[in-house]
Amino acid sequence: MLFYIVRRVVYVIPIALAVSLVCFLLVHIAPGDPIDAMVQPDTPQEVIDRVRSEYGLDRPLPVQFGLWLAKLVQGDFGTSLIKGRPVLPDLVSASGATFVLACTGGLLGVLAGCILGGIAGVYRESWLDRVLLGTAVAGVSVPHYWLGMVMVIIFSVNLNLLPAMGSGPGGSTAWAWDWAHLRYLILPSVTLAVIPAGIVTRTVRGLVSDIISQDYITTLRGKGLRRAGIVRHVVLNAAPTVLAVVGLQLANLMGGSILVETVFAWPGTGMMLNTAIFQRDLPVLQATTLLLALFFVVLNLVVDLIQTAIDPRISRR
Amino acid sequence: MTGQPLVRARGLRVSFISREATVTAVNGIDLDLDEGEVLCILGESGSGKSVTLRALLRLNPKGKTVMTGALAVAGHDIMTIPDGRLSAVRGKVVSMIFQEPMTALDPVFTIGYQIAETLIRHEGISRREADRRALELLELVQIPSARRRLGAYPHELSGGLRQRAMIAMAISCRPKLLLADEPTTALDATVQIQILLLLRSLQQELGMGVIFVTHDLGVAGEIADRIAVMYAGRIVELGSTVDVMRQPFHPYTQGLMGATVHSGTRGKRLTTIPGAPPDLRFPFEGCAFAPRCSHASDACRESMPAFRHPGPGRAVRCIRVEDAEIKHSPKRVSAMA
Ligand SMILES: Nc1ncnc2c1ncn2[C@@H]1O[C@H](COP(=O)(O)OP(=O)(O)OP(=O)(O)O)[C@@H](O)[C@H]1O
Ligand SMILES: [Mg+2]
Repeated sequence: MLFYIVRRVVYVIPIALAVSLVCFLLVHIAPGDPIDAMVQPDTPQEVIDRVRSEYGLDRPLPVQFGLWLAKLVQGDFGTSLIKGRPVLPDLVSASGATFVLACTGGLLGVLAGCILGGIAGVYRESWLDRVLLGTAVAGVSVPHYWLGMVMVIIFSVNLNLLPAMGSGPGGSTAWAWDWAHLRYLILPSVTLAVIPAGIVTRTVRGLVSDIISQDYITTLRGKGLRRAGIVRHVVLNAAPTVLAVVGLQLANLMGGSILVETVFAWPGTGMMLNTAIFQRDLPVLQATTLLLALFFVVLNLVVDLIQTAIDPRISRR
Repeated sequence: MTGQPLVRARGLRVSFISREATVTAVNGIDLDLDEGEVLCILGESGSGKSVTLRALLRLNPKGKTVMTGALAVAGHDIMTIPDGRLSAVRGKVVSMIFQEPMTALDPVFTIGYQIAETLIRHEGISRREADRRALELLELVQIPSARRRLGAYPHELSGGLRQRAMIAMAISCRPKLLLADEPTTALDATVQIQILLLLRSLQQELGMGVIFVTHDLGVAGEIADRIAVMYAGRIVELGSTVDVMRQPFHPYTQGLMGATVHSGTRGKRLTTIPGAPPDLRFPFEGCAFAPRCSHASDACRESMPAFRHPGPGRAVRCIRVEDAEIKHSPKRVSAMA
């Protein structure tokens, strides 16, 4: 088991390298010159060239990549072209905000999906199942943007119950787990939760209705187990597949958080990325994309390891 | 427990209801089983053997199953007992083993856990004590290196060992009645015999009543005290193993046993009979076997033949069979007409 973990962790290194190369190249493939965004339109060519060499943008691409990587390893994520200060501190605080939003949204979604899907699976083909399944399909098909705006119109504009923007009173970006801040979290996290909830509901419904028709469930009933004892077996049989689906949803969750953060002006990596794209702030763009991608790689690793730990049928060598 | 049979079924019917059709899989069964007695149910595929067995523990799918008639098992009225109390009977007083030990065991729990869990449920003992008992049980069913096997998952064991583990689980609470639904069918011939010998010795050791479903005549002859032959949801012939094997009365039983009943039946499969059993979605009058029976007459198609008693302890649903003169020992059979 230990060997397996080590091997899986070691596998992550080439993946991380490839990911960073892609992140690096993506920015260079994109049309438009980042220097244009920094200087006045009538700047003389010599000045432009000087700025270009200051940022190392005149070197060959492989050299630029090497330098960038070397700095990354030392914790230097570059300097924002727009703000003129290091990216890292902003990235750290934005990651914190995204973490809070994504975890809450993801947890809400998975929890709701497991409960609703479990009920639908047990009462398959009943009217309750149809209602739940219909809701799940609707949830999956609703775009974040639209849902976010509808929520804002209902709960912020019409009912005036919850704030529409930001992550704290007075536009503060420091997070705290108190009601004053939680009020800001409700609308974005619910918006973010809807799609994963729908997908997990459908998965869990199928799994549960499949599992409870298996022979071994008849065996369990036949040996007199009570409902709670049987639920334990159903949960452990469903868990590996649910985890795998949740793992895949993490990508959606991160994509979703970019949109949701933009709609609700949530000061996370998504909003940072969005701003960097519009401002052509190359170092910020690179660093943010890389962070999101690496985060994804690590999450996948964790999901995989957990799955291996709970499902005896997966080889542990 | 004097006088009271372990199982007493009267007019037991089981129907499955779906939007398209109602399938009456068991259509009026009368059955008695004494304590410590071994009964084999024989019959073609689809004759309702498994449904009958599951009905004894009310294990057919809830919601789409309708059960009528009278059924008492180990003194409990199975038709009316509430779910909670029934679950205390299941696995404790009556337990069941299935044909396919691979699918009947939960793949994500160890063998040891699945045995211990049954003990904890019914005997209220600690996890540790239950683990110790589970080990004893694995040794009792002769699983080699039992201690190591406690921690094995079902897919890590061979079919024969899995079935032994299943048996260990079923007898863990020393049930009075064991329901075995083709427990050897999925196994290799040599393993079949070992499992059969094991079941027989456990039955004698624990004094359990056993209802054993099989396709294999040899198996039936090996372990059964009595044989019941089922056709289209009904018992068509019942009698002691020796009697039924030596002189089957019902044309269906005769067909099943083929011409060479008297010698070398071990391992012999039931002979196939031309034609197919009736469609259980549609009610039929008369003898269900008549369309396939070479002796059938108009009288056969009029109404379902009542049981005739051609000898002590024997009952046959066929109008061609005469009641015997001697009326002694009608103990079980009298109620079945
Ligand atoms: N849950 C169910 N829903 C609907 N019909 C069922 C169900 N279970 C069994 N049946 C039907 O009941 C009839 C009897 O089935 P059963 O499984 O008892 O046959 P069997 O005698 O055990 O056959 P085999 O030897 O193949 O195991 C079959 O026609 C089957 O299709
Ligand atoms: Mg069967």
